[in-house]
Formats: sequence, structure tokens, C-alpha cells
Amino acid sequence: MWLCSPLIHSYSSTSLSSRHRPNRHNPPPSPPPHPLTPPPRSSFSVKVACLIDLSSNLEVHCIERKTSFFFIHCDGSLTSGLNLRNSRSARLSTNAVATKQDNVTASTASKPGVTNVDETPPSKPIGNILEALREGLEEEMERDPRVCVMGEDVGHYGGSYKVTKGLATKYGDLRVLDTPIAENSFTGMAIGAAMTGLRPIVEGMNMGFLLLAFNQISNNCGMLHYTSGGQFKIPIVIRGPGGVGRQLGAEHSQRLESYFQSIPGIQMVACSTPYNAKGLMKAAIRSDNPVILFEHVLLYNLKERIPDEEYVLNLEEAEMVRPGEHVTILTYSRMRYHVMQAAKTLVNKGYDPEVIDIRSLKPFDLYTIGNSVKKTHRVVIVEECMRTGGIGASLTASINENFHDYLDAPIVCLSSQDVPTPYAGTLEEWTVVQPAQIVAAVEQLCR
Amino acid sequence: MALHFSKYLKQKMGYLGMINLRSWSCCFYQKQPYLSRRFESFKADKQLGSLHNGGDPQVMNFPGGIVKFTPELKFLSDTPEERIHCYRVLDDSGQPVSSNFVQIDKDIAVKMYKDMVTLQTMDTIFYDAQRQGRISFYVTAIGEEAINIGSAAALGMDDLVFPQYREAGVLLWRGFTLQDFANQCFGNKGDNGKGRQMPAHYGSNKHNYITIASTVATQIPHAVGAAYSLKMDGREACTITYFGDGGTSTGDFHAGLNFAAVMEAPVILFCRNNGWAISTPVSDQFRSDGIVVRGQAYGVRSIRVDGNDALAVFTAVHVARKMAISECRPVLIEALTYRAGHHSTSDDSSKYRPIEEIEWWRATQDPVARFRKWLEGQGWWTTPSEIELRDHARREVLHAIQVAETVEKPSLKEIFTDVYDVPPSNLCDQEKSLRKTVERHPQDYPHFLF
Repeated sequence: MWLCSPLIHSYSSTSLSSRHRPNRHNPPPSPPPHPLTPPPRSSFSVKVACLIDLSSNLEVHCIERKTSFFFIHCDGSLTSGLNLRNSRSARLSTNAVATKQDNVTASTASKPGVTNVDETPPSKPIGNILEALREGLEEEMERDPRVCVMGEDVGHYGGSYKVTKGLATKYGDLRVLDTPIAENSFTGMAIGAAMTGLRPIVEGMNMGFLLLAFNQISNNCGMLHYTSGGQFKIPIVIRGPGGVGRQLGAEHSQRLESYFQSIPGIQMVACSTPYNAKGLMKAAIRSDNPVILFEHVLLYNLKERIPDEEYVLNLEEAEMVRPGEHVTILTYSRMRYHVMQAAKTLVNKGYDPEVIDIRSLKPFDLYTIGNSVKKTHRVVIVEECMRTGGIGASLTASINENFHDYLDAPIVCLSSQDVPTPYAGTLEEWTVVQPAQIVAAVEQLCR
Repeated sequence: MALHFSKYLKQKMGYLGMINLRSWSCCFYQKQPYLSRRFESFKADKQLGSLHNGGDPQVMNFPGGIVKFTPELKFLSDTPEERIHCYRVLDDSGQPVSSNFVQIDKDIAVKMYKDMVTLQTMDTIFYDAQRQGRISFYVTAIGEEAINIGSAAALGMDDLVFPQYREAGVLLWRGFTLQDFANQCFGNKGDNGKGRQMPAHYGSNKHNYITIASTVATQIPHAVGAAYSLKMDGREACTITYFGDGGTSTGDFHAGLNFAAVMEAPVILFCRNNGWAISTPVSDQFRSDGIVVRGQAYGVRSIRVDGNDALAVFTAVHVARKMAISECRPVLIEALTYRAGHHSTSDDSSKYRPIEEIEWWRATQDPVARFRKWLEGQGWWTTPSEIELRDHARREVLHAIQVAETVEKPSLKEIFTDVYDVPPSNLCDQEKSLRKTVERHPQDYPHFLF
């Protein structure tokens, strides 16, 4: 059991430069708040005295809450997670963009996956996830000549989803490499290139095709840094669109995050907005670990304002989409939009859900999640993975294990049905979680 | 892709519906780099007539290039009349039978021989050590010493090696000491792999030798990727990857070879065709004439060499390396040899092949003996030197094993390091938990300390 003084987390909208630790890059501009977000609280940080775990006699940790993301390390020291070494981004702004707090940008429309752009002045760039990914990729390729892309049709054709459009013309076909159709082998190629000093990004045309690359990803990508005793590192990024689309058929509607989550040595992140897509892409490229970045087929055209200045997000951090009091809803990727739609209905009905986009699928950001659980005492997990063995299943186990005493009710996990995704639209729709089900689950839980 | 082609098609369709042959050839002529796929102006090919003449009826410019038509219905044979010839420099008694080989000087030749003997000695003694229960597993390269040392000697230290598991000799040549080998096999604190891999799965970034993984043929695409990286850097180096006859059946072999050809990667693909993949003989592995013929299928230059002839292997790799680097192309080398030892210590090959066969190869085709005879013929080696070398090697190996046995094992915290660059919180928690358990029950963990 955990004994702690109340933890109040806030979003500081003023400059945090005075509180920066050495070797810590400036925090990125904060994400544009959701229209349903309550007005920003005044900025302050609270020093929490100690967290004492009585049951398992862990060492006493002193945590200082300075910014929105940090991790407690096993030796008691605080760091900013695995991206410690990225102190070289000198161009990051010191201001956590205060003016952006007033701009309401991403809003959920009645149709999931479609966003309406509002009427604020067009001085800030608006882009969709495709463009955000491309921008992130291009900035990193510009910055580091070792970054290269490989995949099917990424070069000349610009990628089957056009994420790499224009890059081959700019950087040449050696840096944006078209490969023959052999996922296991071009993933292997990327691993070999990474061990020799390049920083490759492997694009799976569809995440499902990466099942063919499982051998290389599990046995080599995840393992070689470990089995070589740290001699060879593999700073590779594997990305691609996955998830259930619109009538793409069972083979093209896979959720690979469930299959990959056990592989030791890799990190997994899922992006859901243009803002976090760009930030996570950049963070993944800069990371020295193999990172798998999950995108969603239906979210590519989602538009949002992307900040001008350079920013890199933390790979292990979850995103607070909507703070609330009554229930914690954990989600990621496309289900975030279903949840936000359900949240609209719930707010109208008088509930106050707290929505967290977990973003980091491996490892889980148990800090943010834990704080939320301690506040609301009820958890609903909404995921697109299948019921059996999905991210939700692991998350349920993790929360139960760590925060059992804070739960007032069993965790509710809403996942897709354990079936191959059918083609027919009506059938496909109901294999994934719909907003109505989320509303019903919350109502049931909060009774 | 289809979208792209059809766009071109629409623009090129002529009056008779025939495709303008010149522009097709510009689009699809394989040897030109990427940029040739840009839109090019209409120009009639001088060999082929204009649209209205219909061109030469004997050829057609299909995607992929010009092809001649034939009225004969003829299938290509599945088996050639004669197998591809095997390049050899020394005969069984160590006499040169070819004048076409790269001359090596005395120092290199003597070092080669010494390393071959050391490898042979190390393999024999380590194998016995496993049988005695001192190490858990070992893989020998008996019968393939010439392949190991001959190829290693022809490479430079900048060339990256992507081995399978029967290439310890390459690492030996590069400077890995007997103590290093022993440390890895015993998985002690001296192992630069920190006790993480099985015995005989060596790796050393200092020697540009990539850590061996137990998976078969996964190193082939790695080698191609690394070659691609070298090409991007414009370095005067190539990569080499080794695999056996069994490894050529995998998907990674096929795609790796294909990729290497398409990417024009400077990689040497070295196949040790030793006749056996554990218990599967080559006749059950493939029906082609070995591996060398597959090179042509992928558009890769290839050669077959006598794997028991160190000079032939040296020459082939030396020339292949030059080709790979200067012409930026892959080269496939098939070295025919025999796996005189068992697959590994987990195998008893007398169960599936006649002992006479094994004995014959060991006695008459020993690559070490053959090279020695050549050395003696050159006047560079004597019997007293032989006795001294063998004795010295044996003592060194035994000493290395004795020392390695006494060195303590890596601390338990090495379970959790190097999974990522920095251990994440969940691994830290797990380590704490384990530490606590060890502290509480030290009697159950007598040998292990943090």
C-alpha cells in the first residue's frame, strides 16, 4: 500500500527554464487543450514529500514534481525517462507556448476520425497526421544524415499512404529505399544497417505485414543489444498503419501491439493526433532503442494545429486528454476519438470522466495512470485490441497489481471481439468498441 | 506500383496500341539507377522500328528488358549435364595445380597455418570439455578450418563479419584470444557478452564480428543492410556473411540475395556447403546444383571453390572483395566441404551417416594437413615446428579453460542491463524484487551476488 501526500498535478503554461535540471531538454509546447477541458489552472508545482510503500519495504523515494513527465528510477534518482541523452535540441523553445492555451483546435465531430477545423486565424500551420509524420521524418532526416527510410514503395511512389512523399526526390533513393517484398528481410536489413551506425526507419505497408518480420523483430531486434553485452545497439524505428479500418478485410485489420507487447528489448508507442504523431516520431528516431510506432489507418486525415517550433515528446509518457473526477478512461489510438465522443454524451449526462491517452504501450506510464486511479478510483479501458491477450489485458493486470487498494470497483476493459474482422460494414462496426458501449459501461460503473 | 505503370501506359500508348518501345526501355531497364525511371522524351529505338513498322518481330520489349522470341518449345533442363566446376589451387597432396591464384607471403601463410591448427586444437579440447560437463554446449568447425582462416585472411579489419556459428576461426584470425573464447563459453565476467549468449555464440564489435544469434540465416539480411550502410558512407569496406547449405533454404536467404542484387550492396555471401544440415543431407535440402547456380537466378556473380583448399578460398574471397567494393555488387561464393564433426555437442552424427564416410573425410581431406604439405613444399614449415605448435596450442587452450573456470560469473544485475539503453522502471522493479529474494534466502543463491 502506498502512503503519500496528495499529489496535485498541473499544467504549467509559463516558462519552466528556471526549474530545469541539467541535461534535460526543454519541455515541448503543451498540446492544444480539448474543448471539453476545464479552463487551465494556475501554474504551480508541488513538492511531494515521500512515497512510502509499507507492504513491500521498498526504499523511500522522494519525488519532486517539476514538469509533467518524469520517472522514478530504481536507484532513487529522478530522470526524464529513457530520453535522457537528448539534450542537443538547442532550438526548442523555452516557453511552453502560453498563447496556445486559448486556441481550441482538435474537436471531435460526430463521425469518428473526422475533425472540423475551427475558425481561428490561419497563421499557425494546420496539418493532418500524415503531414505531421512526414514533417517529423523530414526534420529528423535533415538533422541527422544517418536517418534513412526503407520499405515497400516508400521511395519513388512516396509510400502507400504517402507518409514519405517527396522525401526520395529530396534525399535520394539511397536514403529512402524501395525494397522488394520481403518484410522479414528488409527488417533484417534495417537491423544490420542500425548495428553499423545508421538510424533506419522501417515502414510496414500495413502493420499486419510485419507479422512476417516477427522473427527479426523478436529474435534480433529485441535481443541483439542484450546478447552482445551492449556492444551493438539497434536504434531502429518500425512504423506503419494498423488497426481496424473501413472494410479492409481481416488480414489488413490487425492489431499488432498485442502480439509484440511481450518482446523484451523493444518499446512501443501509439500516436493519435498530429501533435503527438510528430513528437513521437521524432522521439522514436532519436531513441537508441528499437521503437515500434503504431499509427492508425483511419486517423491519417485527422487535422490539427501543429506547433511551429521544434518539439520532441517523451516516449514513455501518457497524455492527459481531459481531466476529470469520476472515472478514469484509458485508451489509445483511434479509440481515443470514440472515447471523446462518449465523453461528450457523458458530460451532458452529468458525469466527469478523466480521459488519458496512454500513448506508451510498452512500458506503461504507470505514474500518470496511477495518479488518475488514486483520484477517481474507477477505471475503464477502451482499446481496439482483441479481448484475449491485448494491451487492455496487460494494462488491467498491471493496474490491479499496483493500485488494487485504490479501486472501488473492478476494472472494466472494453475491447474488440475475438474474431477476425469481417468485411461487411455493419458487421465490422460492431467488432470494435462504439461510443454507446463506452457510455453504458461508465454509467454502469459509476452507479 | 500498378497505378504508376498505368499512368505511364496511358501516356505512351501509340496509334496501334503498341507501346513506344524506347520509353519502356528507359523506364524499365534494370541496370540504370533510380533516376532513369523519370519521364523521358519519345524517341524511337534505333534497333527497333517505329510504331508503324511494327518493329522487329523477333523481339519484344517486355517489362524487364528485350527478349527474343523462339518458335521452339523448349524447357530449360532441371539438372545440368555437368555440375559447375569447382575452383581449386592445391591438390590432395598439397601440390599447386593452378597458376591462377593470389600469391601470399610467408608471414601470412605461416599465420594462416598456425591459426588453423589453433582452431582445430581449440575445437577438439572445447568439445571434450563439454563432454566432461565443464561447458554446456559447443559447436566445432572440424573440416572447415580452411574456410574459416582462408576467408578471414583475405579480408580487411574494416570488413564486417556476420557469422552463422561455425566461423570462430574468423574471429581467431582477427585477434580474439583463446582466453576470450574460453570466457564466452564459460559465460563468466570476462565475457564481453556478459554471459548473455550460449557458448560459441561469440561477438566483438572491436573485431567487427557481429554477435552470433542462434536463428538460421537471419544474418544474411543484416549483412546486406550493413553493406547498404557502408555504401551510403562510401567506405572502402564490404561485409561478409557465412551460412550453411541448410541456411539457403530459408526465406531470409532468398530475400537477402535478391535485395543485395537490387540494392547493389557490397556484400560477400559465403555458403559453407558441408553436405549436412544436422541430419538432413543436401539431397533432401534442395535439388539444384548446389548453391552456386542460384547466384545467376538472382543476378549475383558466383563461384564454386574447394572449401578444403585454403589457397583457393583465400583467392576467391580476395577477388570477391575487390569486386564487391570497387563495383559495388554482391558476390556469392559456394565452398564445397564436409562437416567432419557433429552438428554440435547435442548431436551424434553417426546415427544418420556412416562412420566410414566421416573417417574418410577426416583422414584424407583434412584441410589443415593439405595446407601443411604445401607449406612444407615451400620450405616454410618443418616437423619440429609442427610438434612445437601443436604442443603450445594445446597447453594454451587448456590453460585458458582452467582460468575461465575460476573466473566468477557476471553479477545478477546483468540480467536487467542492456535490454534497453537505460533500464526502465518496470525492469528496475523486477531487479529490486529479485535482489530482495536473494537477500532473504542466501542459502538458495550461494554463488550469485549482485
